[in-house]
Amino acid sequence: MKYGVCSGSCPSGRYTSLNVRRLLRRARRDPGVLRDDTLWMCTTCYNCQERCPRGINIVDAILKLRTIAVHEGIMHDSHRKVSALLIEHGHAVPINEETMKKRKDIGLEPLPPTVHSYPKALEEVQTILRSCGFDELVSED
Amino acid sequence: MEKLSLFLGCVIPNRYPGIEIATKLCLETLEIDYVDLPGASCCPAPGVFRSFDRTTWLAVASRNIVLSEELERDILTLCNGCYGTLADAASALSEDDTLRKEVNRHLETIGKEFNGTVNVRHIAELLYDEIGPEGIRDKVTRPLDIRVALHYGCHLVKPSKERQLGSVEWPTFFDEIVEATGAHSVDYQDKMSCCGAGGGVRSALLDTSLSMTEHKLSNIKAAGVDCIVDACPFCHMQFDAGQVDIRKRTEQDYNIPVLHYMQLLGLALGFTVRELGINMNYVTDQEFLDKMEDLDR
Repeated sequence: MKYGVCSGSCPSGRYTSLNVRRLLRRARRDPGVLRDDTLWMCTTCYNCQERCPRGINIVDAILKLRTIAVHEGIMHDSHRKVSALLIEHGHAVPINEETMKKRKDIGLEPLPPTVHSYPKALEEVQTILRSCGFDELVSED
Repeated sequence: MEKLSLFLGCVIPNRYPGIEIATKLCLETLEIDYVDLPGASCCPAPGVFRSFDRTTWLAVASRNIVLSEELERDILTLCNGCYGTLADAASALSEDDTLRKEVNRHLETIGKEFNGTVNVRHIAELLYDEIGPEGIRDKVTRPLDIRVALHYGCHLVKPSKERQLGSVEWPTFFDEIVEATGAHSVDYQDKMSCCGAGGGVRSALLDTSLSMTEHKLSNIKAAGVDCIVDACPFCHMQFDAGQVDIRKRTEQDYNIPVLHYMQLLGLALGFTVRELGINMNYVTDQEFLDKMEDLDR
């Protein structure tokens, strides 16, 4: 954690307050890191992890910190919303009217052959999500 | 080559259907044996769902893989995010017995089981490995005399401990299959840097993600190209819809057309702009569309 190749390689850190090196150092001693918004500025591009001279799995560590934060109930509203889309539709980006029209115009079925066309498949996804406790994890309450 | 099932993910079928039809046209022309993967869901997206809960991410991913196992076909992705999720999930579950047992307990609730019997492929590495630049060149009926800015996208090549597709700093395999279409892949500053969309940043912090996108767009503009070529619909959306977002915020209009590799290859195989849905992007530069329409004349 002393070379700084990680923070120097970070494309997000050029534009934001994210300093990967500082974030991980802080994580070793301060639980307040879970509320640090820079935790969510990482695009998981893996530059830091690929270049780390010590071979530290930096992105994997950031993902673990995020998981702890979410399990503590600390989560962006937009991330709750995208989770709700997965639970309701089985797609994080579900179909809309505009795309259904584009699909027809180009000679495809209006709905793709995914969970969108197979209600039983959607039920399977929803069953798995419930089994994992995901609904509860991402709900507002 | 193993038989394949086509995993669509979310962004292609639900936002960019042109990439879906372009893929089908290219696979059929190249005589690659594929079928749809009925009932597939979100991969689920690695940036968000892997961050929230790894077990949920693995369980939903493994259901998608099992659908392909049931068809006894390798699973083909057109998206770096889907590739990252499905490939990383498959290797994690194959290597770790305890994890596989835990995930299979969740799959048991729908009567399924992960066995690890199929491979996960990405269209760019599949075409490079199985057909090769020469094989593609042999199929091209209309060589494209254009300059393109290639964007690999992070999760096509990283983490390298999982991908093993050669150099992550200066890879060449994608350039080689792009140049097989006749196009010239132009060098530009920070070519390997991130589009800005991943890791849940686009959904939570759009302005931050667009800063990274604009950095790439300005470098690409400076290089003087006809279009951007990517191999990931999420990067594609970030560059294409992102240009509209940036225009609204800064009045800077980059106006650079964005093509998925399947659409670029489709043009070289003789299909038209409209057949490939290139005109369905948010950025529709008429000059570029006319140039591509005129290829036959």
